[in-house]
Parts: sequence; C-alpha cells; structure tokens
Amino acid sequence: MTDASLCAERLTLGYDGRTVATELSVAIPDGGFTAIVGPNACGKSTLLRALARMLAPRAGRVLLDGVEIRQRPTKEVARRLGLLPQTATAPDGIVVADLVARGRHPYQRLLRQWSQEDERAVREAMRRTGVDDLAGRPVDELSGGQRQRVWLAMALAQETSLLLLDEPTTFLDIAHQLEVLELCADLHAAGRTLVAVLHDLNHACRYATHLVAMRDGAIVAQGAPADIVDAELVAAVFGLNCLVVPCPATGAPMVVPCDRRGASVLVEDPVA
Amino acid sequence: MSAVHAVRLGGGVALVVRPRAIAVGAVLVVAGAALAVAAVGTGEITLSPAEVVRALVGAGDPGTTFVVRDLRLPRVVCAVLAGVALGVSGAVFQALTRNPLGSPDIVGFQQGAAVGALVVITMLEGTGRAVSAGALAGGGLVAAAVYLLAREGGRTSGYRLILIGIAFAFLMTALTEYLLARARVEDAQEGLRWLFGSLNGRTWEDVAPLALGLAVLLPCAVPAGRALRALELGDDAAHGLGVRVERARVGLVALAVGLVSVSTVAVGPIAFVALTAPQIARRLTRAPAPPLVCSALTGAVLVLAADVAAQRVVPETPVPVGVMTGALGGLYLAWLLTISWRSGHA
Ligand SMILES: Nc1ncnc2c1ncn2[C@@H]1O[C@H](COP(=O)(O)OP(=O)(O)O)[C@@H](O)[C@H]1O
Ligand SMILES: [Mg+2]
Repeated sequence: MTDASLCAERLTLGYDGRTVATELSVAIPDGGFTAIVGPNACGKSTLLRALARMLAPRAGRVLLDGVEIRQRPTKEVARRLGLLPQTATAPDGIVVADLVARGRHPYQRLLRQWSQEDERAVREAMRRTGVDDLAGRPVDELSGGQRQRVWLAMALAQETSLLLLDEPTTFLDIAHQLEVLELCADLHAAGRTLVAVLHDLNHACRYATHLVAMRDGAIVAQGAPADIVDAELVAAVFGLNCLVVPCPATGAPMVVPCDRRGASVLVEDPVA
Repeated sequence: MSAVHAVRLGGGVALVVRPRAIAVGAVLVVAGAALAVAAVGTGEITLSPAEVVRALVGAGDPGTTFVVRDLRLPRVVCAVLAGVALGVSGAVFQALTRNPLGSPDIVGFQQGAAVGALVVITMLEGTGRAVSAGALAGGGLVAAAVYLLAREGGRTSGYRLILIGIAFAFLMTALTEYLLARARVEDAQEGLRWLFGSLNGRTWEDVAPLALGLAVLLPCAVPAGRALRALELGDDAAHGLGVRVERARVGLVALAVGLVSVSTVAVGPIAFVALTAPQIARRLTRAPAPPLVCSALTGAVLVLAADVAAQRVVPETPVPVGVMTGALGGLYLAWLLTISWRSGHA
C-alpha cells in the first residue's frame, strides 16, 4: 500500500498482563478522514495510542513513512503526527493562548523558546478554530465546545500533516459535536490526514472517508462508509438490530435502530 | 496582543516570559535584598543597614567588616541558596505530581534524610560530614524506593507517588522517634538539633558545596521547565508533543531530589519551604503551575525572613530557623488555602 504513510502491521496490544487486541492491521489513507468506531472498551483508544507510538506493541509494528515509528526520534515524529488524547488536562487557570502555544513544543530548543514562526503558527491555529477572540480567557471558564476547539487549536499549532483525535466530540451537546466535526472536515478538506475515534456511527458515516470498525480487540471491517456500512455490519459490531438508509441530507449511510422486538414500522415499508 | 510574551535576546535566543512574573520576580529580589541586609545586621551587635552596606562594599571599619563578611554573610548566603534549592525542588515536584502536596518534605525525602542522619549520630557516633552522608543516603534511598514502588507498568502517576511517599514519611517519622527514644541523651539532643535545620555557625566552607551543587543543578532547571510545560497537559499529550515521558520524569525526580539534598547537607531539613514557596509563587504570579524562577526567589525570601524572625523575636533564645519556617510557612499556606477556597479557586 503506497498511499498510506501510517500503517500498522499485525499488532498485538495489551496492558500489563492483559492482551487487549491481536492481529490488528490497518492502513491510514493519506489525505483521508479515518474514523475508528466500535463499542465501548473494544480497543479503539488502544489502537490509536499504538499508532501514535504511545503504547509499545507486544508484536507487530507501526510504520510511519515506511520506518518503524519507535525507531524515529520522538521530536521528529511530533512534527509529523499530532495527537489529541482523551485524557488531556488543562492546568488550572491557563489561558487559551498559553495552552495553544504549548503545541509548539516539538519546534522549540533550549535557548530559542519562541520564534516568529511559532507566533504565526499559534495565531493561524487559533484563527482556524475560531478561538482567536478567546486568547486571554482562562480555559476552565470556557464551554465544553469552546474548550474542545482550544485543544484542537493546540494540536493544529503543532503543524503536523497527520492528526489523531480520541473522541473529540464526547461530552458535547449535539450542536457542539457537529461544530467540532465540521471543523475536522474543514481541516481534512485543507489537506490534513485525520484519524478520529468517534462514538456516533452516523457522524462517522457522514464525515469520514474511511472507517475502521472494531469489536473485542479485532477489526471487523475497514473501507469507505458507503461500501461497508450495512445492517449486517452494525449487527456484527454493535450487536444492534437496525436499518441502514441513505441520509436525507447527505446520502451517506444512516443507521436507524429498530426497537427491541426487532421490528420497525419501516420494515414493512422500506424507504429505499 | 502577542499570543505569548517572548523576549528576544538576539542570536536566535528567545525566552518565553510573562510580564506579571517579571514584576513579581523584581519585587521578590528587592524584598530578598532588604531581608539580607537586615539579616546581616542581626546578631549580638546590631548593625544599621548603612553600616552593613558600607562593610559589604569595603568602606567600613575593619572590625565591622570582619563581622559582616566573615561571620554573618556566609549564614545569609547559605539561607539564600538553601531557599533557592528548596523553592525549585518543590516547584518541580509539585508540577510533576500536579499536586500541591507533592513536596520533598511531605513525600518522604526529608524524613528519610532525618533517619539517615540519626542513624549516624546515635548509632555510629558520627559527626559533621558523616551526618551529611547519612542524611543523603537516607533521603536518596527513600526517594528511590518511593519512585520504584510508584511505577506501574512502566509509568508513574503523581497520585501514587504522593500516596506512597506519605506512607514512607510516616514510616520514617516513626523510625526517627524510635531512634531518638533509644539514644543516649547527648546524642538525642544532637539529633534534635540537626532535625530542626539551622543556619547557626555557617561559614564559607559550608557555602562552597551548596554553591557548587546549585551551579550544577540549576542549569538543568531550564530543560526541566520545558518538559514540565508539556507534562502538565497529561502524559499522553506530552508524549504527543515529543516528550519521552518516563525518561523526563526520572530526570525531574533526580533534579528535585538533588536540589533538596544539597540544601539538606548544608543546613539540615528546613521544613515547609519546598511545600509553601511554589504555592505562594504560583498565586503571586497567577501562573497555571508553580513557576520555577519565582519559586526559587520566594524560597530565598522565606528562609531569610524566617532566619531574621528566628533571631529577633526572642533574641535571648533564638529558635532554629526550621522551627520558624514551619510556623511562618504553615500559617501562610493555611491562609492562602482558606482565601482560595472561599473564592472557589483551589
Ligand atoms: N491503561 C490501561 N491499563 C490497563 N487496561 C487498560 C488501559 N487502558 C485501557 N485498558 C483496557 O483495554 C481495553 C480497551 O480499552 P480502550 O482501548 O480504552 O477501549 P475504547 O477506547 O474502545 O473504549 C479495555 O478493556 C480497557 O479496560
Ligand atoms: Mg477510548
């Protein structure tokens, strides 16, 4: 596969004594928006952490630009691949501009802590995410949606062509979820390669160009949403009985769960 | 408005600074200088600030110059350097553990040093350098044990570091009491004197190792500060920014332990400075985490203030500086925590 700068080959992943996933192979299409979906605790974050060289695989390897990622200097990787983890915490009272500026860490040296280039990248990142008006505000006083945009700005300030996001929309209300996803779509349209763990399968189908569907530490399917998402896949991944219909707004596959008895009014009268 | 305030020094050198931190730093330097002059003026013969300054610049009479330069200045320099070491050590520990209690005097280092010193004093009849060596060994062993026990699957959490450290602190305090209880009365007295930490009778010979230690360790605080700014965001985020998290953490613990060690060897365990100075500095500068430079300056000011107070409050029976830092620092921290809880910022 030549069009994937980031790929994993037959990974076995685990923590301490426990193996969480085996035989994971994925290729992240360059310039694509890849969404990793699956039920809770199936290993989505674990896979993302392995791709971002945060977790050493027990077996298999992760390749970035054809080189095993753990053999490349950490700082060099940090200029190529950015990560927004689920666990990121803003220090008490830190202001927006200060947090965004921390994204410049991989470019700074001991005696040259701040350059014009850093300044430009931070401004640009704040503008792109629409947080430039908040520059002097403490992050802990912002709404959930604003805060998530600030974290995205920090990741953008890192100026990496690959961006890995772990559940960027969790804990946000529906309007803010869409706001963050639209922002991701803009970044993708501007040429970045995105990988995001997403909770909502409909959001994934709507915004992503490539899906990786996981269950119990294994990959069930990967491919374009329109090619792989059907009732069978949803049943296999989430154990959910549903209909898959084209979204009236975008035409992307849309999952409509059936009620618990497995019957839906629509079954007798399919939309398509 | 610039996103970040940077000072460009030419030649590609640019440092990130915050205007408020500079103002606070300047005030602390002035306060420290005033306290230093007051401290040098304090003693059996009280000297006026003018006399002190004259003696320092070499324009005083020979008697006063001797008292100032050879008898009292080493004590004050010791106080400043120990305060700097403790302030930076506490700031690094607290930023690393993301917890205001993550301080070498809470998480077992100083208690371990006390046991080491007492073993030498009460069981091996040692004095001077041997006591220092015992303190270093005790503190170092406890620090290493706490760090190793706090590791879990190749990573260390600040929370575990603190809980295990506090457990060790209790254990070491119990051992200290046991050693004191079974020691001969003279040894116990000597041990207690060491335990309080003192600046009495410090000479230029005591200053030298402290100054040397700081000359080696303080430059390491620059990369340490950089790593801390990333680590504050969480381990995964720091990793994403290109920090080798566990390696950085070992280095930071070593730096903090090294700093508290050089201070303990020179002046004994001075309580509460490493705990309080970073918190005071953080609130004064309104920084998101303990700022290293201002913590250092605050540490120096605290030790100097405590020393002046210790000598002047009851001049007939001066209390050890460690007792004074404990009292002053404890009160100030209690006050700060009370007002910050009331205003809703912990
Ligand atoms: N740091 C960790 N230590 C031990 N087990 C973990 C750790 N992180 C995740 N796990 C376990 O690995 C499994 C997969 O977790 P994760 O990748 O976080 O799932 P997801 O992101 O899909 O919800 C879960 O069973 C979880 O309990
Ligand atoms: Mg997860």
